[in-house]
Amino acid sequence: MAIRRREFLKSSAIAAASLALPRLARGAEAASIYDIERFGNARILHTTDTHAQLNPVYFREPSVNIGIGEMAGRPPHLVGHAFLERFGIRPDSADAYAFTSVEFEKSAGRFGKLGGFAHLKTLIDRLRSDVGDRHAMLVDGGDLWQGTGLANIMQGRDMVEAANLLGIEAMTGHWEFTYGEQALRDNLEHFKGEFLAQNVFLTEEAAFNDAAAFDKATGRVFKPSVIKELGGYRVAIVGQAFPYVPIAHPKRFTPDWTFGIREEELRKHVDALRARDKVDAVILLSHNGMDVDLKLASRVSGIDVVLGGHTHDAVPQPIAVKNPNGTTLVTNAGSNGKFLAVLDLALDKGKVSDIRYHLLPVYSELLKPDLAMAELIGKLRAPHAIDWLEKIATPDRLLYRRDNFAGPVDELICAALRTELDAEIALSPGFRWGTTSLPGQPMTMEDVLAETAITYPETYVQEMTGAEIKDVLEDVCDNLFNADPYYQQGGDMVRAGGLSYTCSPTNAIGSRVSELKLANGKALDASSRYKVAGWASVNGQQGAPVWDVVGKYLRSGRMFQERLGSGVTLKGVDDNPGIAG
Amino acid sequence: MTTHDDPHPTRRLILQGAATVALVGLGNLPFAPARAAANDKYPEEAFKLKNEADALKALYGRTAEPSDKIKLDAPEIAENGGVVPMSVTTTLDKVTSISFFVAENPNALAASYKFPEGTIPAVANRLKMAKTSNVTAIVEADGKLYSATKEVKVTVGGCGG
Repeated sequence: MAIRRREFLKSSAIAAASLALPRLARGAEAASIYDIERFGNARILHTTDTHAQLNPVYFREPSVNIGIGEMAGRPPHLVGHAFLERFGIRPDSADAYAFTSVEFEKSAGRFGKLGGFAHLKTLIDRLRSDVGDRHAMLVDGGDLWQGTGLANIMQGRDMVEAANLLGIEAMTGHWEFTYGEQALRDNLEHFKGEFLAQNVFLTEEAAFNDAAAFDKATGRVFKPSVIKELGGYRVAIVGQAFPYVPIAHPKRFTPDWTFGIREEELRKHVDALRARDKVDAVILLSHNGMDVDLKLASRVSGIDVVLGGHTHDAVPQPIAVKNPNGTTLVTNAGSNGKFLAVLDLALDKGKVSDIRYHLLPVYSELLKPDLAMAELIGKLRAPHAIDWLEKIATPDRLLYRRDNFAGPVDELICAALRTELDAEIALSPGFRWGTTSLPGQPMTMEDVLAETAITYPETYVQEMTGAEIKDVLEDVCDNLFNADPYYQQGGDMVRAGGLSYTCSPTNAIGSRVSELKLANGKALDASSRYKVAGWASVNGQQGAPVWDVVGKYLRSGRMFQERLGSGVTLKGVDDNPGIAG
Repeated sequence: MTTHDDPHPTRRLILQGAATVALVGLGNLPFAPARAAANDKYPEEAFKLKNEADALKALYGRTAEPSDKIKLDAPEIAENGGVVPMSVTTTLDKVTSISFFVAENPNALAASYKFPEGTIPAVANRLKMAKTSNVTAIVEADGKLYSATKEVKVTVGGCGG
């Protein structure tokens, strides 16, 4: 470990930039990159999109994350060296490894895994005690309960226990909703913090039928905000759940609830917090996604900081956005437990006079795991660990998911679907969660589940015409590249197996996708019918869960016999810094 | 990855609603003599026309100018294209009618409401949308036409991050 530590100290941009030499010389004992200078009188710690990754993970950040229109070339749509330059990070540093895909394989060997709740716990406790407990709080932006086989089997209960031990005081949600209302409410009974969502309302029918709601008058299903006293000041945390839950996921999970961005309701609520509740600061704990948050911040006044998530963008510095009555800072804190955001506020009566923000990579090897959390994780995993630890394949290449159009994990899933279900074409959702495996690292069923564990995993095979297939691609592509962020749902492009195409992200819906070809090189015919396999359908399906299909394929040893490569040719985005050169 | 099943058609209900409102308008005729009688008939032709501009012309006989005094509340992305909640409120004075047009629907005019004098100009309804489309609210006030437009996306869903 001593050598590893030296690697960090030598190469960490944070250490080099912000710490004086004597401290560096003190060396390996204190993980000095976590010594943050005291500032202000309140500290808010923020995690988001951990996707239930209780243990440390490898997670490669994207090399393709294209921004269109106003979003082109600005964070979060910068990758690789463009990202490093924008934020002043040295290419061979630990931070370059944490924040970008630059030399990922090489750096993974040097710097190891990130995250893990036992490591997070150590870091969080330390940063809390640095300022004193009455000055600190911990919030989570959601996608906390989903992303592993364990969370799936336990319907998120494992994560409620971990969240309680970690000390999460407020959270909002996205995938949390996919366990359905009953499981969600059962979990919240056990959650010691507050579940906040200003933008979830009863449908008119549910309200008429007297369905349960936090506030019957407004129809708000959950508490919209909580006020916490920090260092003698009143800080409001407003929750903003993922606005498109019943669209991105089967409606059957949330039949009584209606979502949306709900700008007007948010505006009114923020105004009331300021005028009626006399809060000194308003923080939006958001699962909108960063592009949506940036637009929202330009239109809704009165929010000091948006602590953002959903789009899994690890953005080291807040983006300042002007709005009619001031400025709002917008952040996004990455995913998979890789990062802990530290927001230090200098509060005055009725206002935030200054802030400091750090997005700290959680280098597992620099942090001693907290014993109580390690014990809890061990206890939670124990009933399933043996089943899942069997090595079922050893990939000869890096497996990751995060890129706009394709990643080897999804190529593998598509190959499994096509082979096992005997289909010409496979479609697989462009999720942004799912861990990374290094070449030669044995894969277990637990790894497969970390890429597939959802509550609607059923596979399907159906006939679709060429025109229908193109429509699906166009539709999802617009969710990603609509010039207006309010029309984006987040996530990446649906992955296609056995199908290649050209994509022009800057075009309008209906004309982005062209030159569709089958694996045999023949053009896709609009009126011909094709056998298409897939999973994660918003309609009910009956096929085997996708993890079983992928597990079977991996056990057969036929992995990657097919041609790989994304199969997507990009047009009209040659100089876009959202593509790594 | 696959499309939602088509829910039950609701446009007919909406049309009935519009007709009822129109009849109420007729009932109030003696109190609003200034309004042209032709305007208070059920606008059958306008509802039959495919194109938005044609339907607008058939219904009102003129074009509208955009106004920031109209608040059209509709979702950016519909949770169910079969029943998309939309509402209109306005601070314009002397409102006599509010109509909804869905440009990409088979018949663009979706609903038309008449407002007797002294009525608060607010209407909420749910429209069926065939696909992603601009939705336009037309407010007739003091003999002039004003409009507000918003795009509402109808998507196949799924694939969220």
